[in-house]
Amino acid sequence: MTDLTKLTLAEARDKLKAKEITSSELTGAYIKEMEGARALNAYVLETAEKAAEMAKASDARLQKGEGGPLEGIPLGIKDLFCTEGVRTTACSHILDGFTPTYESTVTSQLWRDGAVMLGKLNNDEFAMGSSNETSYYGAVTNPWKGKGEDKALVPGGSSGGSSAAVAARTALAATATDTGGSIRQPAAFTGTVGIKPTYGRCSRWGIVAFASSLDQAGPITRTVKDAAIMLKSMSGHDPKDSTSVNQPVPDFEKALTGDIKGLKVGIPREYRVEGMPEEIEKLWAQGIDWLKAAGAEIVDVSLPHTKYALPAYYIVAPAEASSNLARYDGVRYGLRVEGNDITDMYEKTRAAGFGAEVKRRVLIGTYVLSAGYYDAYYIKAQKIRTLIAQDFKQAYEKVDVLLTPTAPSDAFGIGEKTDDPLSMYLNDVFTVTVNLAGLPGISLPAGLSTRGLPLGLQLIGRAFDEETLLRTAGVLEEAAGFNAEPDAWWRA
Amino acid sequence: MTQEAASKLIEGATGAWEVVIGLEVHAQISSNAKLFSGASTEFGAEQNQNVSLVDAAMPGMLPVINKKCVEQAVRTGLGLKAQINLRSVFDRKNYFYPDLPQGYQISQYKHPIVGEGEVLIDLPGGEMKTVGIERLHMEQDAGKSVHDQHPSMSFVDLNRSGVALMEIVTKPDMRSSEEAQAFVRKLRAILRYLGTCDGNMEQGSMRADVNVSVRKPGDEFGTRCEIKNVNSIRFVGLAIEYEARRQIDLIEDGGTVDQETRLFDIKTGKTRSMRSKEEAHDYRYFPDPDLLPLVFSQEWVDEIAKDLPELPDEKRERFIREYALSPYDASVLVSEKAIASFYEEVAETSDPKAAANWVTGDFFGALNKAGLTIESSPVSAKQLSELIKLIQDGTISGRIAKEVFELMFDSGDDPAKIVEEKGLRQVTDTGAIEKAVDEVIAANPDKVEQVKEKPKMIGWFVGQVMKSTSGKANPQTVNELLAEKLGVSSDN
Amino acid sequence: MSVDQNTVRHIARLARIAVTDEEVAPLAKELSSILDWVEQLGEVNTDNVEPMASVENLALPMREDVVTDGNIQDQVTKNAPGADDGFFAVPKVVE
Repeated sequence: MTDLTKLTLAEARDKLKAKEITSSELTGAYIKEMEGARALNAYVLETAEKAAEMAKASDARLQKGEGGPLEGIPLGIKDLFCTEGVRTTACSHILDGFTPTYESTVTSQLWRDGAVMLGKLNNDEFAMGSSNETSYYGAVTNPWKGKGEDKALVPGGSSGGSSAAVAARTALAATATDTGGSIRQPAAFTGTVGIKPTYGRCSRWGIVAFASSLDQAGPITRTVKDAAIMLKSMSGHDPKDSTSVNQPVPDFEKALTGDIKGLKVGIPREYRVEGMPEEIEKLWAQGIDWLKAAGAEIVDVSLPHTKYALPAYYIVAPAEASSNLARYDGVRYGLRVEGNDITDMYEKTRAAGFGAEVKRRVLIGTYVLSAGYYDAYYIKAQKIRTLIAQDFKQAYEKVDVLLTPTAPSDAFGIGEKTDDPLSMYLNDVFTVTVNLAGLPGISLPAGLSTRGLPLGLQLIGRAFDEETLLRTAGVLEEAAGFNAEPDAWWRA
Repeated sequence: MTQEAASKLIEGATGAWEVVIGLEVHAQISSNAKLFSGASTEFGAEQNQNVSLVDAAMPGMLPVINKKCVEQAVRTGLGLKAQINLRSVFDRKNYFYPDLPQGYQISQYKHPIVGEGEVLIDLPGGEMKTVGIERLHMEQDAGKSVHDQHPSMSFVDLNRSGVALMEIVTKPDMRSSEEAQAFVRKLRAILRYLGTCDGNMEQGSMRADVNVSVRKPGDEFGTRCEIKNVNSIRFVGLAIEYEARRQIDLIEDGGTVDQETRLFDIKTGKTRSMRSKEEAHDYRYFPDPDLLPLVFSQEWVDEIAKDLPELPDEKRERFIREYALSPYDASVLVSEKAIASFYEEVAETSDPKAAANWVTGDFFGALNKAGLTIESSPVSAKQLSELIKLIQDGTISGRIAKEVFELMFDSGDDPAKIVEEKGLRQVTDTGAIEKAVDEVIAANPDKVEQVKEKPKMIGWFVGQVMKSTSGKANPQTVNELLAEKLGVSSDN
Repeated sequence: MSVDQNTVRHIARLARIAVTDEEVAPLAKELSSILDWVEQLGEVNTDNVEPMASVENLALPMREDVVTDGNIQDQVTKNAPGADDGFFAVPKVVE
């Protein structure tokens, strides 16, 4: 049975179509793995019964030779995606017991294409975090451990449940969201592939909002090909989201030709930050060599405002969040803590319902938007954003894609950075620029650190050119030949 | 200072004061669906039935703008002879209130859709005055809290939440309650002509925030108070009268006016401070990241302009020019689109001046007495026109016409039918009239003697003849015959 | 320190988050350190730079004026912690 969970999504899909396996078998295997991996705390809600039903329905379709592109594929869903009739909390106490009467566009497209839901995955509360430690349901433990270490590590964040579940093979693939690196950094920390598509590629309708101008959904998978398959089903114009772009969705899988001869790959010099571990430097150099060997041309480029991306992000994202989270007021859903009057009720509800990091960001956001500070902070940050977007635009006049490390380190220990918000924020230093400019970025596992932990490389593409991004990632993946797996210490 | 201006001053203990008034009128845009959701705008639905998940600010819900609402705002801007901004921006106005589910109102702050314009107001005595329009912007309405259904709870109904409003802001150009009332009246007429707002103040389709300050003539503007949500033209007048007097008394007693928000209490006729709003507001406006800038072409604006109906001021000029009406009559007739249309239909086939007299005289009188509106009038324009034609062609006298009109109003019958059935046709047969004249003369020899001394007594004879012919005799013929037979001049 | 304790109380009030006396001092310190760190944006000359309105260079899409939603009172109030007769119920609001 466990062999079934060894299959990639593409392989499982083909075997299902060929009727070599059934979705009930495949899903059953995953349910078993999911239930056996509770020590990871990757799932905040298991929906085994629903999964079994969906698998059965998929089998009926497959039996008739019907079924969509993801027919019978068992997935984990980040708890930020609203799922009809299935509790959705964004891993916040304030959404206690919230059961949507609606389905997010992205997940409804996955079900339309035949996918099966295993359950809801843990994440940082409202996706605010880089370690999955701010979740109301507790931290997720990274399936990976350092060589000879027993220390529990973070799986990255905010999509830590998604990355951990895919890495531990308790989901064949998972949905995730990325506001400042929340798909790519956890992918890098867990040896998985994560793609954040171009802003506007996936509908945000039905996804609990963190920072509207930065949030994008995307998949975390085991392989680049799996990412391409998932992304196709997740993408597409949605008239219910005004920022969703009306562009045809390419067949991303077909883009994986393995041929990047003549492709111009930019190496942004500003990503060589001070204090970056040598092993990250080395991996990056290795990546350059692999691409060169595959026939790509390497070009040195400059993105001069890179340094200012993170501070600009920590103005824009909290500002939007402070407003997006105003709706959690104890009136229409979720937690309510009674008070003497309406204001008292609001203040008590929000004090009890939000965790420390969420409060911090809501307060920062409130401050930077308040009278007298708006221009100095918010407008300044939005101007920096313009400059960052211009940096990329200029770079893409010379190159087709950019190669950078995904994160400045390998996975760190649970609790190591929780007392120092700033050092936690620095995790997003390489990923956040992409969100600010609305570009697509992918992280793929490219090697192991000296501690034996996965490290990721990031590729950044032109807006709506996920095809080049995936094609290049496919070549890197092939060259890296990453096939390490964590020891299954978590199995019950 | 002109005489009119001086007459508007308010006398205080320390001399004359000038009241300065600016208005912010919130007008509900006529549309089927809400500004950012597909829920109905219909009035009177059961609580929370005209509410979509977007209006209830469920997690992950997103706004999509209603094109009709934008078109209506543009149309209104054109009707106010205002600058139309081809690019405008929706901002979030952040504050907490139970009837504001998102925790923010989507509005337009820095970049409204419509800029400066003007409205010509009609004052008593035919005087006109121009009131400047500062801007018009679009925004969402809030829901409604009901406070009187439960001892300790307020109930929230979101049916109005998200309904499109136009906020029309004037310059502080008004100097009396009459002017402010005239402005609201005129604005309402313009909106109704345009079909962009039904102007129904009872249902809350239009309400005004009234800014009032006082100053000694020639001084700088005083500190203003904003009286919120005044919902009838009468209350606009009463609120201003009260508030101006309050401020004058306060200052003359050595106090100062605090800039604050006040409420007009219709029970007491007084304004009072809104205590809950005393806390300083900081709305933290910023561009809504769920929406893109609103951009449209000049061609689209031109197309809307092409379909603009004739507005009250143009119609008034035309009525004066084409129908030779007095400015006063013209103003009265154009005050409502329905009245103007009714009048034009009457005037089309009858004498325009007589038509104006009938419409503004007997017709309005009868409607008022019966408590009916022009839309529910039992007498149609065509019937009234026919009645006037019957006078013009001598079929009935003006006096009989009034009688016929009353019968028409009661029965809804055509005037010709009533005249025939009741035998009210004017007698023009000289023989029959002569017979009646002879009878009156024969029956009143004493009066015949008197009339020779007092020729004016001929009127008594006319009355007698009319009486004996039930008013049907042609008065001219009666006069002529009497003069001849009595030997007096008929010219007196 | 860019944020003092009174400012923390003020913005917490604006954000409708109750803060205890014990929370105020550490929050002031944390928020200050974050704000001090973002101050580095001041190094960048942005005099002639437009603030980004959206990463997408698109006009706002518009929908037709058709009623497509509503009449779902049960769904709207389903998750409410306080609901009565189809209304949301909240502690009495005094104006």
